[in-house]
This record gives sequence, structure tokens and C-alpha cells, in this order.
Amino acid sequence: MMAPSPSILPLELRDVSFEAGGKRLVKDFSCTFAGGKRSIVLGPNGAGKSLLLRLCHGLIRPSAGEVIWHGAGGGIDPASRQAMVFQRPVMLRRSVAANVDYALSLRGLDRSRRTALVDEALARAGLSRLAASPARVLSVGEQQKLALARVWALKPEVLFLDEPTASLDPSATHGVEEIIAAIHAAGTRIIMTTHDLGQARRLADEVLFLHRGRLLERATAEAFFAQPKNDLAQAFIRGELLWWRRGRDNLAARPGAPSEEGDPPCTVH
Amino acid sequence: MTDFGAAFAAAFAMVAGFDPDLAEIVGLSLQVSLLAVGLATVIGLPVGAAVALFRFPGRTALVVALNALMGLPPVVVGLIVYLLLSRAGPFGVLGLLFTPTAMIIAQVLLVTPIIAALTRQVVEDLWVEYEDQMRSLGAGPARALTALLWDGRFTLITAVLAGFGRASAEVGAVMIVGGNIDHVTRVMTTAIALEVSKGDLALALGLGIVLMTLSLAVNAAAFLVKETAQRHYG
Ligand SMILES: Nc1ncnc2c1ncn2[C@@H]1O[C@H](COP(=O)(O)OP(=O)(O)O)[C@@H](O)[C@H]1O
Ligand SMILES: [Mg+2]
Repeated sequence: MMAPSPSILPLELRDVSFEAGGKRLVKDFSCTFAGGKRSIVLGPNGAGKSLLLRLCHGLIRPSAGEVIWHGAGGGIDPASRQAMVFQRPVMLRRSVAANVDYALSLRGLDRSRRTALVDEALARAGLSRLAASPARVLSVGEQQKLALARVWALKPEVLFLDEPTASLDPSATHGVEEIIAAIHAAGTRIIMTTHDLGQARRLADEVLFLHRGRLLERATAEAFFAQPKNDLAQAFIRGELLWWRRGRDNLAARPGAPSEEGDPPCTVH
Repeated sequence: MTDFGAAFAAAFAMVAGFDPDLAEIVGLSLQVSLLAVGLATVIGLPVGAAVALFRFPGRTALVVALNALMGLPPVVVGLIVYLLLSRAGPFGVLGLLFTPTAMIIAQVLLVTPIIAALTRQVVEDLWVEYEDQMRSLGAGPARALTALLWDGRFTLITAVLAGFGRASAEVGAVMIVGGNIDHVTRVMTTAIALEVSKGDLALALGLGIVLMTLSLAVNAAAFLVKETAQRHYG
């Protein structure tokens, strides 16, 4: 079931920065991901969550610093032990089953072994009845499930998920979260971004809070949701509107002065 | 006016009755153009895809050249092939001038840039959409190439049909290198061009009708392929 040992983990980011268009978008990022847990990367839009995952997964190279798979080496290619699900997955213009099969063929599995793995992955994701349908005409939710089935078949040791439910309705979101939980239960390390606090509460073992390309806090889910240490993170989980302008608002929040926020802080469940 | 009407009637009669002269010319035309387009496709698809996916010195120049060559005047292509194949030319010993082979060579030169340039555009657009996903699954440009061509297949079919349309309708290149020799290199366009002046209006019109029908059919096919494929495969 699990990827063959030895593990490619831990994954270490050492002083990783990423620049594009003259701007530093990820700044001096250092952290280590060991085995087992589900890490949820939280942060507002534009915080650098997607860039962080792309850096970890090797789709972009850091401008400075290093991304190190400590368990790799000795003939192990870390790329072959990890997978990623994108916010908007790309499906090839072929059948549902053929999409899973293609991913397996890229990993060098021969046809005789692929068939069973494809069937198994589709069954687990609840897509068996759609196996022969063209993948691109599936609904967004079904396509996301197919993206999960596709990576599940690869049995990765580490799975990156970038806002996998951002464009889904609640029932599709539920289905996707169940599949993610099952993939994790089967032994895959989950590193996932979201800006959905409810989802983070449901799935996180630990939380990394990002803001403007910086890692501001890393804590167990329990500690983070009880009371984050960082005050921007506090504002974020209270769901304060315009929370990132807090510093400025505090100056304006003299008694009697009109608050820039307008509404009182509301809480997201 | 009566001449004109009579010519039309005679033309339709020839088409309807599969007149042997007419059928021979149409047959040779199809043979030359289909072979030329087949070869141009075999060359143009990989060349276009490679230019789309790989970075190499001179790539930009090649992209510009391919786009410019799309509009190559057929007579110029004819002239170049003529010079290459003429007895004094570098390939003169092959004795290919005024044969169907010469016509196929000219049309391959004419159509390959069209197919290659359109393929480059299609594959490059697809790669923008697919790159992260493909790299994540473990496919760099080289391994993704065939999958990208396959995913672009419906647009690429229309590119090939566009190439066929150009090949079957051009007159300049096949005239110069083929010579419109009766029973040997006479194709629809050259026959129309020359039979009119010789007064065989019925044959010219009959061929015109076939050519028009062919062109309409090719365009309709291109449209239908795209439409139905889009609906079924998304
Ligand atoms: N290739 C790029 N060039 C320039 N800016 C980029 C690039 N990729 C991302 N950005 C910018 O970096 C910031 C972080 O992006 P991203 O990681 O996508 O944020 P998010 O946390 O919403 O996923 C955004 O402001 C985005 O506009
Ligand atoms: Mg993002």
C-alpha cells in the first residue's frame, strides 16, 4: 500500500525565497515537513500559498535557498514519490480511465499492472461508472475527484493539494475531503493549501499561516484554532473583514470615530 | 449566352456521367494533393510541435519564417522546384521535372509551413494550459509531445484540411513543374487555366464544379469535426 521505503521525507525548505517581476513573493521561508501529518497552509489570497506548494513540488525553482528531500539520494528520485492536485486540474482529452492510465504509464508501469490500479483508483473515488466517459465533459466536482483518483493510483508518499475545493459546491467539497482523508489514512503525507477555515479545522493536524510571502506561524491545529500567537493570524481566524488593515484601523478606532471596517468582526465556522 | 448555357449543360453531363477525361484529371489531382498533404502532415506535425515545445538557438527566427512561409506564392515555389529539378539543376539527374512527383514535391513545400505553423500555435497554447500538470505527473516537453498532439487533434485536423484546400486549389506551382501534360501531369487547376483559352469550356466548367464541391466539402468537414468533437470531448 505505502510507497516503498526508505522515505523521501523529511522535506526541508532552507531560507527559500522566490522572486518574479522584481518582487519577492516568497521570503526567507524555512521549515521542515516530516512524515505522517496533514499540514494545512492557510492565508489570504495572494499570500504565496500556491507558490510555496509549487516550490516544494519542484515546479518552480527558488531564487535563493534550497528545497531538500532528505530521504532522497541513493537512486531515489523524489519527483517519482510525490504528486500534486491543482485548483483547476487539467484533464487530457481522453476517457476518465485513460487519464489515470496515462499518469501511471508516465511512472513507467507496464500495461498489465496498470489496468487493475486504474479500476481500483476509480472505484475508491466513486467514478467507476464514468470510466469510459470523456474526462473533459465531467462536472468540475467530478473532474476534481478524477484528479484525486489519478494521484491516488500513483500511491505518492507526499501529496500536495492547492485549494482543491476552491471552485466546488458543499457536496462536492465533502466528497473531495473524504477522498483526501482516505488517501491520508492509506499513509500519504498531505500538504494542502486552503483559504477555507472550516476546511482547515476539519482536515488539519497542523497549520502554517502565511501572509505576504512569509511564514508567520506554525502550530498544531488544536493550538492554532484555540488561539494563534500571531496577531494577524488571530484576526484571520476571527474572520475579520479587511483584517489585514488592522494596524491602520486600530489608529482610527478611537471612541466615536467611524470604524473603517464598518461591520463588527464576524466569525467563520 | 446559348454557348454559355450549353457549356454548363455539357459540364454537368460530364460530371454526372463520370466522363473518363474528367475523371482522369480529378483522379490525378486528388492523388497529387493527398500525397503531398500526407507528407506535409508527417513533416509538419512534429516540426510544429518541436518548435512549440523546445527552446533552441534560432527558434524565434524559425517561428517567424514558418508564419511567413504560410503565405508563400505558389508560382515562386514552382519556380524554385523547377530550378532544382531542371536538367541543369542540382537534382536534374533524377529526371523528375514534368512528372507528378515534381508536383507533389512542390505542394509539400507549399503545405508543410501551413501545417507546421498551425501545429506550433495549437501545441504552444495547449502547453501553457498543461505544463504544470504534465510536469507534476512526470512528463517534460519531450514526453508530453505526443499527448499534446493527440489532445490538439481536432484543431490539427482542420489545419490539415486547410493544407489540403490550399494544395488542391493552387495552380502556379503545379503548372510550372508539371507542365499540364495531357494524361501525365494535367490536374484540375491547370486544366481549367488552359482549357478555357483553348475553348473547351465544358471540361473547364465541369472541373470547376468538382473543385468547388471539393472545397465546400473540405470546409464543411473541418467545421463538423470541430463542432462534434468539441461537444463529445470538451
Ligand atoms: N509568476 C509570477 N510572476 C509574478 N507574480 C506572481 C507570479 N506567481 C504569483 N505571483 C504573485 O505572487 C503572489 C502570491 O501568489 P500565490 O502563491 O498564487 O498566492 P495564493 O496564496 O493566493 O495561492 C500573488 O500576489 C501573485 O500575484
Ligand atoms: Mg493559490
